[in-house]
Amino acid sequence: MTDKGITVLIVEDDVDLQEQMKIYLEADGYTVITASQQKEAEKIIGDKKFDLAILDLMMENMDSGFVLSHKIKRMDSSIPVIIVTGVTRETGLHFDAKSKEDKSWIKADVMLQKNVRYEQLKLEIERLLKKG
Amino acid sequence: MSTLSVLVVDDELGMRLGVERTLRNFNFPLPEFDDNVNFAIEMAETGKEAFQVLDQNRTDIVILDYKLPDMQGLEILVKLMEEKKDLLTIMVTAYASLEVAISATKNGAFDFLAKPFTPEELRNTIKKAAKHIYISRKARKLEEEKRQVRFQFISVLAHELKSPLAAVENYLVMMKDRVIGDELSKYDNMVGRSLIRIDGMRKMILDLLDLTRIESGQKQRNLTTVNIISSAKFAIEGVLLTAKERNITVNLDCKEEVIELMADSSELDIVFNNIVTNAVKYNKIDGQVNLSIFKEGDFIKIICKDTGIGMSKEDVDKLFGEFVRIKNEKTKNVLGSGLGLSILKKIVKLYHGDINVESEVDVGTTFTVTLNTQIEPS
Repeated sequence: MTDKGITVLIVEDDVDLQEQMKIYLEADGYTVITASQQKEAEKIIGDKKFDLAILDLMMENMDSGFVLSHKIKRMDSSIPVIIVTGVTRETGLHFDAKSKEDKSWIKADVMLQKNVRYEQLKLEIERLLKKG
Repeated sequence: MSTLSVLVVDDELGMRLGVERTLRNFNFPLPEFDDNVNFAIEMAETGKEAFQVLDQNRTDIVILDYKLPDMQGLEILVKLMEEKKDLLTIMVTAYASLEVAISATKNGAFDFLAKPFTPEELRNTIKKAAKHIYISRKARKLEEEKRQVRFQFISVLAHELKSPLAAVENYLVMMKDRVIGDELSKYDNMVGRSLIRIDGMRKMILDLLDLTRIESGQKQRNLTTVNIISSAKFAIEGVLLTAKERNITVNLDCKEEVIELMADSSELDIVFNNIVTNAVKYNKIDGQVNLSIFKEGDFIKIICKDTGIGMSKEDVDKLFGEFVRIKNEKTKNVLGSGLGLSILKKIVKLYHGDINVESEVDVGTTFTVTLNTQIEPS
């Protein structure tokens, strides 16, 4: 596929899940940059060279994804952020970026449950990029 | 100092004041709980008053007269039991008949006192009740903590097994959909990664089995005289191939050829396997591992020093938790269950030993394991 000229940041500490998303996105013509740790991601965010971010919620900290999405949105609120998480099944805690209450503190556009299928991720990415 | 609150329910003023006087300045130590206990006294004249006090305050012990103007003591007792309040009842009666005592105990009274009783008798009964309260509350707390730990263990375990499963599943879906074309060799990396993740899962399951066996005490232990140097050599042979791939040298440094102790040789294998494998896994290319073993009084000391990637002090503190894996840029390609060191710690404890870790980032890590040779392994 031809280069879309769009850069996606993937922050995910499981090297394989990171690699898989990368392969899919690159096959669809996106440019991909990756980080597998919160600190590493923070550096990349400072450079601001991406158009959309996909963040794993729980990495070395339980709330890495929330922290990173806050940082991204504070820097540029127009960059779409997708948080991917397995938290509901593991802890019973339910977060939803669409509900009014959670929207007040979760600075992400969409939250997706792990193990997310690429078709679903792709739909959300295209929808968010069209909006912006 | 902790205060237990006592409610005296009696229609005789003299009785209420007598109890109050006896317990007001009474206190005693509970050395097993590292605490001192004293008492705060509340009083009620009738059954109705008693329930008012019970509704408003936290009460630990009720001293209950058997005969009250408005209710029978027994009625109150039954009601208290129905409400399942966290308190003990001591029944007081002037009719010191066996039947009364039996029916009170049957209905859930902790103890009974026959009128007239001496201050000493009252204090002894109260002391017994206070101890009982402490012990049962402590037991409940421990039970709750145990439940929490088990729950946490299972949820972390589920996560640790689900992640590799998801990774392998995704690779299979990608292959099925021919995401990067029809040429089979393009998928070599996916196949390789899948095999690595499956291998990791298998290792985790094996570690998990070791851990449960040790923890439940079900594992048949076979204690014989074992030469610990042979166990060390066996473990080193096991890692040589992996070590060679990254040009890591593993040295065994000990003056004696034979150091014996009473042990289960499979447990010693787990100990050496763990420390030697870690020293290789978390090492650098061209690195070194030095394993030395020697006797020191009643103890055998095993020191495993590597020139690996090391850890920060923060990471060392976390190291012995279950499923803890130190994740950073340098360890992201190192596989492990995160259970190895928990297992190691449990085994070392069976030998009344000790384990100690010193580490410096980018310099290396030293594990020191001490085993007691004088006490029979428990």
